[in-house]
Amino acid sequence: LCAAVPLKDMKLLDVKLGQLPTWLAMRDFTPGGILGALRRGHDRYYNKYINVKKGGLGGISMVLAGYVLVSYIWSYSHLKHDRHRKYH
Amino acid sequence: VLHTRRPLHTTQQRLAPLPPLPEKGGEVRYGLVPEEFFQFLYPKTGVTGPYMLGTGLLLYFLSKEIYVINHETVAAVCILSVIIYGIKKYGSDVAAFADKLNEEKVAKALAVKNEAIKDLETAVEQEKKEQWRVEGRSYLFDAKRNNIAMLLETNYRERLLTVYNEVKKRLDYQVAMQNLKRQKEQDHMIQWVEKNVVQSITPQQQKDSIAKCILDLKALSKSAQAAV
Repeated sequence: LCAAVPLKDMKLLDVKLGQLPTWLAMRDFTPGGILGALRRGHDRYYNKYINVKKGGLGGISMVLAGYVLVSYIWSYSHLKHDRHRKYH
Repeated sequence: VLHTRRPLHTTQQRLAPLPPLPEKGGEVRYGLVPEEFFQFLYPKTGVTGPYMLGTGLLLYFLSKEIYVINHETVAAVCILSVIIYGIKKYGSDVAAFADKLNEEKVAKALAVKNEAIKDLETAVEQEKKEQWRVEGRSYLFDAKRNNIAMLLETNYRERLLTVYNEVKKRLDYQVAMQNLKRQKEQDHMIQWVEKNVVQSITPQQQKDSIAKCILDLKALSKSAQAAV
């Protein structure tokens, strides 16, 4: 069952921690590769949560939550100045 | 290697019919965290593991002020409470409405399909009926043959009648000719006899006949007078 799958074809969750840098280096970083990876990720999410007969709230709420998180991270350098204490 | 839930393209490529959509999407707890995360942590930490992780992370962010509490936090709390209240109150209604729309779409497609099936079935029945009708060809041809025979017979009899009439006309003509000839001969002979008789009456004979007539008349008048 665990045949000799070449490293670059293995899924991320099957990659051992030590092999992570090599695995990351072997990924396809050309623009076409990046686009393909984005499309694959989008299709996976879409087919799992949105393209179903009875979709629920979770499908879009997760996207919105992710958007909120990313915008918070991007504006953290401005929010740093609103901290109540200087030393934590 | 595709990361998909359902096996795709396992057999030869088919464009139709597509496999049906899955009934429900992936499970999401509290609308934010997919169920797979809870299952991932279950073997190691049991049921409360992810909640403890969430609480710990929250307290860490608050204490280290990675998440700062400012006016935006108040705004976010108000907005979120309104949103959650709205969802809790009207969620099921909206879901039912969306389901109804979906249902109508599917019902329309189904209606089209059933319509097409019905049309094809009626077409098949009509085709069978036509095939049954073809079996009656022999009767049709018999009737046609009878018709033609009757036409021929009628035509033949008409022509017989024509022939008969023509022949009769010719024979009548001959008969009429003979009658006419005989009549003309008769008339001519009568005329000739009369002419000769009138010629043969000499004037002397005429005076004698007139005298005789007068005598006869006198005798008659005498007898008549006697009767009166």
